[in-house]
Amino acid sequence: MGFMTKREWKIFFGFLGIFIVAYFLPLGNPKVKKGIIEAFRLLQWYARHHTIPCVVPALFIAGAIVSFLSQQSIIKYLGPGANKVLAYTVASVSGCILAVCSCSVLPMFAGIYKMGAGIGPACSFLYSGPAINVLAIFLSARVLGFDIGIARALGAVLFAFVVGLFMAFMFRQEEERKIQQVYMPETDTGFGGKPIWKSATFIGLMILFLVFSDWYNPGIAKITFKDGTTGTFHIRYETEDTLTLQPWSKGGKETGEAKVYYKKDILKIEPVPSLTQTIYNIRWYIAGVIGIIVVILAFKWYSKEELNQWMFATWDFAKLMVPLLYGGIFVVGFISVFIPEHTVAQLVGTNSISSNFLASIVGAFFYFATLTEIPITEVLLRFGMAKGPALALLLAGPAVSLPNMLVINGVMGPKKTLAFVTIVVILATISGFIFGAIVQ
Amino acid sequence: MEIKVLGPGCPRCEATERNVIEALSELGISANVEKVKDINQIASYGVFGTPALVIDGQVKCVGRIPTKEEIKKWLQEKNK
Repeated sequence: MGFMTKREWKIFFGFLGIFIVAYFLPLGNPKVKKGIIEAFRLLQWYARHHTIPCVVPALFIAGAIVSFLSQQSIIKYLGPGANKVLAYTVASVSGCILAVCSCSVLPMFAGIYKMGAGIGPACSFLYSGPAINVLAIFLSARVLGFDIGIARALGAVLFAFVVGLFMAFMFRQEEERKIQQVYMPETDTGFGGKPIWKSATFIGLMILFLVFSDWYNPGIAKITFKDGTTGTFHIRYETEDTLTLQPWSKGGKETGEAKVYYKKDILKIEPVPSLTQTIYNIRWYIAGVIGIIVVILAFKWYSKEELNQWMFATWDFAKLMVPLLYGGIFVVGFISVFIPEHTVAQLVGTNSISSNFLASIVGAFFYFATLTEIPITEVLLRFGMAKGPALALLLAGPAVSLPNMLVINGVMGPKKTLAFVTIVVILATISGFIFGAIVQ
Repeated sequence: MEIKVLGPGCPRCEATERNVIEALSELGISANVEKVKDINQIASYGVFGTPALVIDGQVKCVGRIPTKEEIKKWLQEKNK
């Protein structure tokens, strides 16, 4: 049966898995029924609220980055003869440009480690690649909160520096066998000759579009109930017939626990005016104008072949990311029914060192694919996880996932891999703790 | 002709391999197509991103999936 290649076997085991689940799933069990409903409900929430404003534009951005930005111009800063200070800076930030797909991080890391600027910048890149994923940052800000999104982006860049420097310091005595011959491609990877300012501006505009299409809804409103009581609340969550409301104080802080209220008990919802709220209300107009500019520039600056290349790359990313994201959401939604709420609140509900530490470990071991950390964190937050541990999870997860660690081990060896994991977990714990203290 | 597709085994690398095979068959050229999956080996090509395409020792494309048309162009250049 020579036709059964590895890929075909993967399809077979996929069928087998679905068959076994479909056969044995105890549908009579009330928890299972609830789990299925919850899985679909969570999926619908993402489909309705996050897909078009956030996921779709981000996919186009990812496609443009890979098609229009020349990797080579950035790689030379991370290459063998590179200036060390510049190398760390570039490595920490360029993760978002160079490693849009998680699978390209590892070979690039291996390249920088073995031939390029060395262990420091390589580890900076290894951390920042998965951590500063454009889609992940924007989706985090949108789903988990603006504060968490920003903290994640800043934290990731800062971490990348620290991790790289730490690794370089710890292993400074070791000499690495550098591979002498570096093949630089003859032609540019993108379409050569395109001035970089054009592509950077183009992508920058698209990101601006995303900023507005993805704009934060403060969701603060004065709510009058039918029984006459009023209060200022932060609308955390909305379903068909309920609203999850958290009391909100004038200083802009959340006071007290979020509770679920029925819409039928509510008389009036008056959004509290603010600049953020105003922009939120007109966000599609602003985004629309930017979008039109982007389309005009696209046809003016790029040839048909280049645009075709861009669409191809975008579609390629969609095929990769969407099943992972939706599949992950579905699984997380289903499993969330089986997690006892109290356990979550007990273990990571407070902003203590131990709960931050625990959260970063959980992030490291439960992260198995790009973007899955977002529904996981969202569900945990709903169950009472504090914001500090949430950040710790987000900062540790993408970098030190199990599959990643196996590959890193193959490149750097167990001692360095352990050092890398340890420093990331420690940093995540500390920053989660600091963040939690600031925000709460 | 020796063609190597560099990639750790994600769908993008497989798509690159498919494009290569299709391009070859459409042009009627025969070549040795090898998939290099080991990260250390990939790094040894001096290549900083995957998927990457190497034709007869020359790195042709790094970090994205080359379209069939691009591959055909490179193959035809090689054949001249």
